Amino acid sequence: MNLPLLELRRQPGRFVVATVVLGFLATLLLFLGGLLDGLYLGSTGAIRAQNADVFVYSESARDSFLRSRITAEQRAAVESAPGVQDVGGLGFVLLGAVIPGEADLADVAVAGYELPPKGVPAPPNDGEGIADSRLQDAGASLGDTLLVGPQRSPITIIGFVDDSSYLLQSTIWVSLSTWRSVQNVNRPDAAVGDTVVQALAVRGTGDLVTSIDTATDGDTKSLTKPEAVLSLPGVKQQKDTFNQIIYSTLAVVLAVVGLFFSLLTLERLGLYGVLKAIGATTRRLFVGVVLQAVVVAVIAFAAGSILALFATAALPASIPLQLTPARFVSTFIGLLVAAVLGSAISLRRVTKVDPASAIGNAS
Amino acid sequence: MTVLDMRDVRKVYRSGDADIVALDHATVQVEHGEIVALLGPSGSGKTTLLSIAGGLLTPTEGAVVVGGHDISEYDAKQLTEFRRENVGFVFQSVNLVPFLTAEENLLVVDELGGGKGGKAAITRARQLLDELGLGHRLKNLPGQLSGGERQRVAIGRALFNNPKLVLFDEPTSALDTKIGAQVMELIQSEMKARDTAAIIVTHDTRMTTYADRTVHIVDGRLDADAVGADH
Ligand SMILES: Nc1ncnc2c1ncn2[C@@H]1O[C@H](COP(=O)(O)OP(=O)(O)OP(=O)(O)O)[C@@H](O)[C@H]1O
Ligand SMILES: [Mg+2]
Repeated sequence: MNLPLLELRRQPGRFVVATVVLGFLATLLLFLGGLLDGLYLGSTGAIRAQNADVFVYSESARDSFLRSRITAEQRAAVESAPGVQDVGGLGFVLLGAVIPGEADLADVAVAGYELPPKGVPAPPNDGEGIADSRLQDAGASLGDTLLVGPQRSPITIIGFVDDSSYLLQSTIWVSLSTWRSVQNVNRPDAAVGDTVVQALAVRGTGDLVTSIDTATDGDTKSLTKPEAVLSLPGVKQQKDTFNQIIYSTLAVVLAVVGLFFSLLTLERLGLYGVLKAIGATTRRLFVGVVLQAVVVAVIAFAAGSILALFATAALPASIPLQLTPARFVSTFIGLLVAAVLGSAISLRRVTKVDPASAIGNAS
Repeated sequence: MTVLDMRDVRKVYRSGDADIVALDHATVQVEHGEIVALLGPSGSGKTTLLSIAGGLLTPTEGAVVVGGHDISEYDAKQLTEFRRENVGFVFQSVNLVPFLTAEENLLVVDELGGGKGGKAAITRARQLLDELGLGHRLKNLPGQLSGGERQRVAIGRALFNNPKLVLFDEPTSALDTKIGAQVMELIQSEMKARDTAAIIVTHDTRMTTYADRTVHIVDGRLDADAVGADH
């Protein structure tokens, strides 16, 4: 027998409103988190997929691949820097692509590489590419030849890879020379020379950032992989904005739980007086309140998760919402913490109940 | 053996800037198995005396020894444990846990004492309720019981831990005369059967017939024979 749990079972009606409200808040939290994850994963896939420890940009690029240019001499300096083991060039260009049989242009990022990213083989022949699987959703299939950019540069799809998109666009992984020709034909204003790349992906040991930037005499600026991911345009801003909204929502959860259990405690003052009179400790009564809040939060989370899953399935694919297991875990923990803190607001009230009130002589 | 020994107990309530002396040098003893009626007008300090005897209130002055425990210096935590293990209470108004059945209301005592509501506890709860004439009411919620039945459940709860002392604060004032008399008879027979001491607060002189001895209280002062016949 457990008094707080029995009350939940016998008088569920008293907890329905709080559970429903928390359930919707759980759905909202999962939505917000799912959107954040969708945007984050969709924006950063191409960089997260890199098998690299450090990315090297030109000093003036302000941490942007598109603004960065690395020359052959700079590359040679990087290769000779202490700790550097493997170096590969990288180049991105964002363009529209015609998929055979599709009316709408697809947004693609043509990415030249040397060091194969996760799931991608060694650079293919010129004119061939390995595409992000998002492009399949847009109608592309294996063997299709896409016409990329205003000048309709042809790229034939010879494979697909998951989770490698760049700024919410489907990456097509190509050789550096294919990237250069696509870039120079379609973006003549930003043409690159035969030995130039945008940035370098570097593998190695030790403090690579310092050793590389010293070796190039300050011509380059290197970032670790996590830094490079966050410096993609908009990624950090999205993260901060969404996290702010998520924390605010958790504050609402805390307030709802706090208010609800304060009212419930107020209703129970008489009962608490009697229970204290016959030997219940404040601790036991308070733990009971917290336990009920936790159970309510767990049920609300379960209901909210199911709702979120159904709602997500009904969303159009253009909304970059992605529900990850990690997001469920963090939302669950957030809800639990907010529920515990919210119910803790009742501690003072429970403590103040005088056992003598049971008999009508509270001092 | 003396179950309750209160000596020179004073209780002063501070309300605003006035001091109310609710008990003034009250000395009373209750022997093992003895039923004492505490009779007095409204506001005379009956509930205050009962609360101090049961460790619900601490006295302003004086010594209180219950079942060998000197509780006058206990802190709130010690008093909680003391109440849980040594005394039973039956209050004036009905105060069962509304969402628990009659049987479960008794098992609350077991739970508070750290019990797991095992077979032994359930058997004891059923036996007690059976004795109290509620054998057919085990699974009923308080809301489904009459006032007299509820008060009998409360008596069962007070007896569950086998206390040496049970304190009743006007246990029949919310009941009609006939049911009240039945409940008093039940209290008397239960206390005698268990050799349990009891103080029954009342302002109804008819209730004193169920007691071994009556102590009168007026304005916080007890009459002379409060210490008992054999002292
Ligand atoms: N918490 C309190 N604060 C201030 N004064 C109190 C408090 N409790 C009781 N009193 C006062 O102490 C005196 C004794 O009260 P007590 O409740 O013990 O009387 P009683 O004999 O039980 O009365 P009744 O028959 O009406 O229940 C009364 O004057 C009462 O007003
Ligand atoms: Mg009273």
